[in-house]
Amino acid sequence: MNRNKRAETIAGYLFILPNFLGVFVLVLFPLLFSLVMVFTDWDYLQGFAGVTWVGLDNFVKLFSDEYFLKSLENNVIFTVVTVPCSMVIGLVVAVVLNKFVYLKNLLRVLFFLPYVSSIVAISIVWTVLYNSTDGPINAALRSLGISHPPGWLADPQWALIAIMIMVIWTYTGYTMVLYMAGLQGISKDLYEAASIDGATNLRSFFRITVPMLKPTSFLISVTLMISTFQVFAAVAVMTKGGPINSTTVLAYRIYIEAFQNYKMGYAAAMSWVLFLIIFVITIVQWQGQKRWQNHF
Amino acid sequence: MNLSLRNRSIAIKAVMTVIFGILAIIAVTPFLWMLSASFKQPADLFKYPIEWIPKKWDLDNYKEVWFGQYPFFLYYWNSIKITVITVVGCLFTSSLAGFAFAKLQFKGKEALFLLYLATMIIPSQILLVPRFVLFDKLGLINSHWSIILPGVFSVLGTFMMRQFFSTLPNEILEAARVDGAGYWRMFWRISLPLTKPALVTLLILTFTWHWNEYENPLIFLRDNDLYTIPLGLTNYVDENSTNYTLIMAASVSALLPLIAIVAIFQKWFIEGIASSGVKG
Repeated sequence: MNRNKRAETIAGYLFILPNFLGVFVLVLFPLLFSLVMVFTDWDYLQGFAGVTWVGLDNFVKLFSDEYFLKSLENNVIFTVVTVPCSMVIGLVVAVVLNKFVYLKNLLRVLFFLPYVSSIVAISIVWTVLYNSTDGPINAALRSLGISHPPGWLADPQWALIAIMIMVIWTYTGYTMVLYMAGLQGISKDLYEAASIDGATNLRSFFRITVPMLKPTSFLISVTLMISTFQVFAAVAVMTKGGPINSTTVLAYRIYIEAFQNYKMGYAAAMSWVLFLIIFVITIVQWQGQKRWQNHF
Repeated sequence: MNLSLRNRSIAIKAVMTVIFGILAIIAVTPFLWMLSASFKQPADLFKYPIEWIPKKWDLDNYKEVWFGQYPFFLYYWNSIKITVITVVGCLFTSSLAGFAFAKLQFKGKEALFLLYLATMIIPSQILLVPRFVLFDKLGLINSHWSIILPGVFSVLGTFMMRQFFSTLPNEILEAARVDGAGYWRMFWRISLPLTKPALVTLLILTFTWHWNEYENPLIFLRDNDLYTIPLGLTNYVDENSTNYTLIMAASVSALLPLIAIVAIFQKWFIEGIASSGVKG
């Protein structure tokens, strides 16, 4: 018996070993290394000679760094706008596609395509669509009688909005698919009972569908918030943070500080602030979810 | 009464199909515009009203994209190579570790699994900077391995496989044990075939992530001949900033094969993403 146990222990370690070795070298070690880096001012171009210990200076510096503060502000706007918008649109599309259309599978894949497509290619296409002088979007707006359409990506007032519109368009495929899966879990009896009681479709939607989908909504909002706080490719490809920093975001600032300015310590400090934000959001939402469940 | 109710619901369905059909077409309009623009001559590109079907077809853009100075053949080869090695490696190490976490009893398992869980909420941005230093010291910068290795050893993949293996009843393994099967046999011959749907899900998720990955290749790859499709595409834009028809041909070349794959295997893609809830 004891021998069996030992054999099982050895097997267990051997099975985990390949994955664990990689995770140790590529995740755990970098993580600890990064924690050390945040206390340094490291000009990477000078190699290890460029390391100076600065204690908490990086974090102090962050809060007077206008690029960082602007990035933080943009990230908050980005998340607060794109997450609810893509959730609401995705929910409506999911409910309608689920019950009220023919050709359900065809329509579903059309709405879903933007989400699985390469964000880089999509960003490039939209950059041309948004072209402020002759792009098709502004050509269409002009033909509708708007003589001064927005400058989109070229205009600091509009650039972030332009990126958010595109991102909502891609996220809707994701939220729709998750909501459609969530809808499968709602018993038809509930709707039948409601319709016998004379409830309209709209009323069933607000009284049955929305509450029953709360777990799905919770999952979507957490994953989308985490991913919107890390938005990078759309900004890097479409605007490089411009014009005049109107679209800069944390992930993009980290990239610039680390791989353009080679300020490794500062970039590492910024990445831990990003982590802290994501961590707090996750915890707060988790608590909120628990409280709601207790109330129910 | 019942008949009119039925008629009404058919009417609602028909109307909704039309409305959401139009919305779906609007949703894919950027793709259609891209496709149409890629065959146009630069002078016709921004003509309004939009010529959806070009009057003069121009295939030179595609010739340039696939066989020109920055050939997409090369980018495809690089992307395929990186994605295939990453996905196969990830499925293998994840399912091995996932199986041990789910089905084997050994000392320190809980603590180790907790450590795995804890690293899952670490954003990739934290790892990029130290990994760059590490890869620089190991001489892996400007090598495909700098993209492949982080994908092969996936904490998330291990977690997903562990969840799937946990749903298998223990009796199957007990029966195998009585028959004298070793641990490798229990894993490879008995458990793994039963988790095929899980493997497909993980395969689809890792495929879409790594196929579309941008930030890692941007940081770790330097030479044009090593570029993946997304990186090659942005390179195109930088080199030909105003040659929009050429850029659109490059975008079509980057997107169309993927769109075809998604359309063919749509059921798997949608189920894979819905069942895991994971967002790349």
